Amino acid sequence: MSEALDCPSPGVPSADGEVKITVRDLDFHYGDFHALTGISCDIKARSVTAFIGPSGCGKSTFLRCLNRMNDLIPGTRVDGTVLLDGQDVYGPGVDPVDLRRRVGMIFQQPNPFPMSIYDNVAYGPRLHGVKKRSELDDIVRMSLERANLWKEVKDILDRGGLTLSGGQQQRLCIARVLAVQPDVLLMDEPCSAIDPTSVQKIEDLMAELKSSVTIIIVTHNMQQAARVSDETAFFLQEQAGEPAILVEFGRTAEIFTSPKDKRTEDYITGRFG
Amino acid sequence: MTPAEETATPRELKLMSRSTYVKEAALKNLFLLCATMAVAGVVLIFLFVGWRGWPVFSEVGLARFLGGAEWLPTAGAFGILPLLVGSLVVTLGALALGAPLAIGAAVFLSEIAPPRVRSFVRPAVELLAGVPSVVYGFFGLLVIRPLVADVTGGLGFGPLTAWLILAIMIVPTIATLTEDALGSVPEGIREASYAMGATTWQTIWRVLLPAAKIGIIDAVILGMGRAIGETMAVLMVVGNAPVFFRGIGKPISTLTSQIVMDMPYASGVHRTALFGLAIILFLISMGLVALVRALSRFREETR
Repeated sequence: MSEALDCPSPGVPSADGEVKITVRDLDFHYGDFHALTGISCDIKARSVTAFIGPSGCGKSTFLRCLNRMNDLIPGTRVDGTVLLDGQDVYGPGVDPVDLRRRVGMIFQQPNPFPMSIYDNVAYGPRLHGVKKRSELDDIVRMSLERANLWKEVKDILDRGGLTLSGGQQQRLCIARVLAVQPDVLLMDEPCSAIDPTSVQKIEDLMAELKSSVTIIIVTHNMQQAARVSDETAFFLQEQAGEPAILVEFGRTAEIFTSPKDKRTEDYITGRFG
Repeated sequence: MTPAEETATPRELKLMSRSTYVKEAALKNLFLLCATMAVAGVVLIFLFVGWRGWPVFSEVGLARFLGGAEWLPTAGAFGILPLLVGSLVVTLGALALGAPLAIGAAVFLSEIAPPRVRSFVRPAVELLAGVPSVVYGFFGLLVIRPLVADVTGGLGFGPLTAWLILAIMIVPTIATLTEDALGSVPEGIREASYAMGATTWQTIWRVLLPAAKIGIIDAVILGMGRAIGETMAVLMVVGNAPVFFRGIGKPISTLTSQIVMDMPYASGVHRTALFGLAIILFLISMGLVALVRALSRFREETR
């Protein structure tokens, strides 16, 4: 399994407009509850896209549609199209397990496995059949370096992942995902459960990683969205019980300075939410 | 604030009423009494068993009691080694059969079964714990024993029959505790594994079982305690011959079943020796409980 070692062409600039993920007319149901409707957008490759909106407006739900994590919840249904590099991820016969290897995910609560730092990072490569210790050593080191965690943990690789601080745990989770070389990184409020210094580190890390990975981040923090993202999508559920919609999607600078939609403007100027 | 509220003088705090105080104190003492009685029960039994059994170490001798290879009360031989081996053989065999079955059932219930299936499989497993052991013994005697006899020859009394019965009896203990252990693994860890592109099987095998490992070991140890202490069902199928293990179809005896077999007619040193057996049983189960406690301390430290 040598491709696990190849860096996915770092530093290649995104040809302007190169689209990584295309979503068309996506509707999502939890049982009888219609959670999202009519979502369409193009996520640009090797950029950071932020999803913002009030609590409960379906940002995370939409994020989890992109790597089919919602499949794990019984009674959910997705209609519409999600294309990853032009291929329908909900197409017949597509293996969600393989999809998730290409579309990695970081969660709100850092969730390292209760095993050593080394084993956490080696988990993904081992799933893929990497067995040779030297090869694993290289992947672990490289992934921890990319997650800016190597210097802090290189002498304690056999210590439990849960002994690290919250911010370090979150970077360990990022290293763990990077070890399987995903093209896309979904981050579901990755900074809301950690301290401010660590938030800074993770934001810096996103800026570094976007040269090689397409990043989508759900955040409640509008300053964060403005700081880290190239493009921003604003989601809103207008009435309780109604499905949420994607109100506006565009360059972050434009969304925050001259939003086209009144509702976007009201939200970012703090009039509701 | 309205002007009226601003000028209102603060209300004085009420004193605790006499009746509240008495009720609280009475309840506290009632619970204390309950706890004391539970502990007192254990201590009294231990003291009584110790008092009645202790002389065996001088009358028979520690070495001849623990190391003796013959249990022949009529000839004055009180060696418990065959019974100790018998208990071990029966317990370990039952664990070897029952623990994988129970852990598998727990994994199924916790990770695989859809809610509807779970809603009737789980009570069914729990119901196994409510069946009286004499019923298990009866079932073993009439159903399992003849089947075993077909395989091993003889009458079918022996370890194999006891294993099969005990294996089913320890399933609820191990399965419910293992399910609890799996349930206490944080949901985030499952999600992390699936989000890494792991299959259900990989998630169970590589993340969940290791994460729940100590809880599962606890479960198996408590299952072991259940098996080693089980008396009636074993008594009915094991053959009750106080001799060394000679094969899976040949009668043996265990510490517990021997006490029941001999109690009605034992007197003198023989009776003392039976209390000696009880001391040994007590020490074994105390050891198992201590092991479980040590493990849970270990789990807290490594968290």
